Amino acid sequence: MANRNLKINIFRYNPAEPEKKPSMASYPFEELPGLTMFTVLNRIREELDRTLVFDFVCRAAICGSCAMIINGKPRLACKTLTKGLPKEITLLPLPVFKLIGDLSVDTGTWFRHISLKTEAWIHTSAKFDPTAVEERMDNETALRIYEPERCIECGCCIAGCATANIRDDFMGAATINRVARFMVDPRDERTPGQYFDVIGCDEGTFGCMGLMACDNNCPMEIPLQYQLAYVRRKMAAFGLGGWKGTGRTGEPQHHRAGRSAS
Amino acid sequence: MNLQDTIITDVLIIGAGLAGERAAVAARERGLGVTILSMVPPRRSHSTAAQGGMQASLGNSAMGQGDNPDIHFQDTVKGSDWGCDQEVARLFVEAVPIAVRQMSYWGVPWNRVTAGRKTLPDGRVIEDKKEFEGLITARDFGGTAKWRTCYTSDGTGHTLQYTMDSIVIAQGITVHDRTEAIALIHDGGKCLGVVVRCLRTGGLRVYLARATVIASGGYGRLYTASTNAVINEGTGMSLALDTGVVPLGNMEAVQFHPTGMVPVWILITEGARGDGGYLLDKNLYRFMPDYEPNKKELASRDVVSRRMVQHMRKGLGVDSPYGPHLWLDIRHLGAKHINTNLREIANICKNFNGIDPVRDLIPVRPTQHYSMGGVRTDIDGRAYGLKGLFAVGEAACWDLHGFNRLGGNSLAETIVAGMVVGEKIADYALGADLDWAYPLVKDAVRTQEERIAALASCRDGKENVFALKNEMGEVLMNYVGIFRTGEGLQKAVDQLTALYERSAHLGLHAPAVGANPEMTACLRLPGMIRLALCIAVGALARTESRGSHAREDFPKRDDANWLKRTLAYWDPGCLAPRLEYEPVKITSLPPGDRGYGESSTPKV
Ligand SMILES: Cc1cc2nc3c(=O)[nH]c(=O)nc-3n(C[C@H](O)[C@H](O)[C@H](O)COP(=O)(O)OP(=O)(O)OC[C@H]3O[C@@H](n4cnc5c(N)ncnc54)[C@H](O)[C@@H]3O)c2cc1C
Ligand code: FES
Repeated sequence: MANRNLKINIFRYNPAEPEKKPSMASYPFEELPGLTMFTVLNRIREELDRTLVFDFVCRAAICGSCAMIINGKPRLACKTLTKGLPKEITLLPLPVFKLIGDLSVDTGTWFRHISLKTEAWIHTSAKFDPTAVEERMDNETALRIYEPERCIECGCCIAGCATANIRDDFMGAATINRVARFMVDPRDERTPGQYFDVIGCDEGTFGCMGLMACDNNCPMEIPLQYQLAYVRRKMAAFGLGGWKGTGRTGEPQHHRAGRSAS
Repeated sequence: MNLQDTIITDVLIIGAGLAGERAAVAARERGLGVTILSMVPPRRSHSTAAQGGMQASLGNSAMGQGDNPDIHFQDTVKGSDWGCDQEVARLFVEAVPIAVRQMSYWGVPWNRVTAGRKTLPDGRVIEDKKEFEGLITARDFGGTAKWRTCYTSDGTGHTLQYTMDSIVIAQGITVHDRTEAIALIHDGGKCLGVVVRCLRTGGLRVYLARATVIASGGYGRLYTASTNAVINEGTGMSLALDTGVVPLGNMEAVQFHPTGMVPVWILITEGARGDGGYLLDKNLYRFMPDYEPNKKELASRDVVSRRMVQHMRKGLGVDSPYGPHLWLDIRHLGAKHINTNLREIANICKNFNGIDPVRDLIPVRPTQHYSMGGVRTDIDGRAYGLKGLFAVGEAACWDLHGFNRLGGNSLAETIVAGMVVGEKIADYALGADLDWAYPLVKDAVRTQEERIAALASCRDGKENVFALKNEMGEVLMNYVGIFRTGEGLQKAVDQLTALYERSAHLGLHAPAVGANPEMTACLRLPGMIRLALCIAVGALARTESRGSHAREDFPKRDDANWLKRTLAYWDPGCLAPRLEYEPVKITSLPPGDRGYGESSTPKV
């Protein structure tokens, strides 16, 4: 079978030259077997246009650097094979995030801000004792923390979210998922009320309109719908006058279960 | 230069990977002001790509019973082929259990021991005891006597980096991402700070600090086929080398990972073999037990990589448009195991090769993976040659790894070095003055401004940066790879020298305002070729085989002449590095047999 001749349309804008309007540029590209957008973009830059700006780091769908809109959908470019796409491929930078140039956007600053805002770190009063063995945790709990922890902060869920696109302050699925990660972690001592202050608002879990594009767009296949529902349920329960601890595994009241064991 | 673009801090850290962030936290906890620079947002650093795990002799798992720092020490020294600094190795093995537990305290969801009997893929039955249930468990990695590699499923680097960065954020440490340090500012005796290029705007800034730390990771991308992230171009090591007074240690020690996936070179973690994966040849024959009856697929990386090449040279590789390769077979581990414990491998195979390892074989070939060499430091992490300069992590030659790093010892090194050296950095910074020699700083900036202007105007020529870079990568692949010969290395040196001369004539083909990516590449390339020359010249001079450095014309380790570390200096204006040597510190384990590898097993 002859290789397809692809047409790659790329959004171009350099903020250092505000006098030049944003535009689309087209590049011809001969498809090869197993071709990914990583190779396409690098070869376009090396062979056709050296000024093209985009971001790749791991090129293995691990670091979250390379998200962009590919034929209308937010995706990681490095793990997008051309094979599944039509001959004409259009690349746009992610919306919502600040544009750095062409296909590069500032997800780093955005996520750092959100980490600060939600205090996305373990809150504990325990002091680290270098002479003690580690606190015990059951493996199921460790795996349950790991599930939302896998988020690579690529921004696909945010870029594809209707709410985030119309409201600057909406924290988006990745943020709520990150909060869920701490809520299921017995080491984090934050109370439901403290979580509520962070996320139990319109910018957070109650701003979600439930369209669930995030769930479809997540390249890590994190069950965002489930994580969002989990946080929303917890927050609603708290808002309605009490977080009912039932002892089901993974709920925050479990906290101290592991603490005395070691 | 204007003073508005000058930033002053106590401790300046170049690199926001695990090593840099851990060191930053140590210094911050001592009350110092810390600024971290990174080419990318910290959580995009290459550390996140590590999947397999981190070694610590906790001895909690069934197959880790009886483990202790002594055994970890022996494995590390043997693994290094006696090339490592044994004082450093000792300090490391003692500290690493603390480091792992502290990461747990900070939030890493380490996989835990579950009690009960389990049948391993090879039929052995093991039992995890109730008394260890809930403690941090470990998996098997190559070159270790015990199961010692702590992990979080297939995302150990990710969870470590995210946790470390969460502490950096919690402590309010300043991070300037999308910045690249392009030159150290120094007076020949002391480091004052760095000149930085902003990768958002292309503008230059100055950072002055009491202590400067290189934590910039490895140089894998000098090679065409590397498992490393695309930003791993060794820039931090170049900065040190360019001073003319700071040497790089053992640059010829380059690790190849046995299982880079053909043809994209994405790493298939050692966990796949640790969990029971096999290597097969074109006849689907499992060949490793023939070469390594004891350790089989789990001999150290250098050994497995060489055995694979040896086997392919016998014509037993699988032919492909990308050259011969072998198969990695994990099918017998079962869908459940593969889709949970090895999920990221399954994803990589699906996404980047369209194959499902539950049913399909994975095409693999040894691929450049890790740089044992780097900025030579003493045991306190102080770079040789310049006061106030430190190095940690893969960028450093602290010399924990000698001529071969054990899988899982690198993540461990980043955290331990960050923790231990971080204290030394703090000690130093607390006692040091901030030097503020304006003319020196101004000169350093002007030199960089002139380089940039010359490239933009093609003052010295119009050599093509991408073409030169590709040629460099090919030379290293062809002549400075897994097996080396004097003849091949001489070719490499000659060709790299020619490329280096041409790199003085780089010019932009497409000038653009702002952070032009072609300019970024042009600024890096000459330094990268200098590193490549350090590797090739060091390898040519070392007429023995040790660890990952395998000379076909000198197949034996030669302790009488070569139990020493290479130090490569780059004298200003020269076309080649100048080599010096220093003795390797042997404290308790004299050179002997590794128990695996060519010297220990009969010829096949
Ligand atoms: C695919 C893969 C898998 C691996 N798996 C394992 C494993 O399972 N176990 C294990 O022990 N080891 C593993 N390793 C090795 C290990 O991941 C690395 O050695 C380690 O993470 C390096 O950490 P680091 O902090 O030194 O550098 P990095 O994490 O590479 O960070 C370097 C930092 O420096 C910054 N930087 C670089 N240059 C500059 C500059 N000029 N200016 C400003 N900033 C700069 C970068 O932006 C980055 O933030 C693996 C390596 C690879 C390639
Ligand atoms: S480059 Fe890392 S996710 Fe695509």
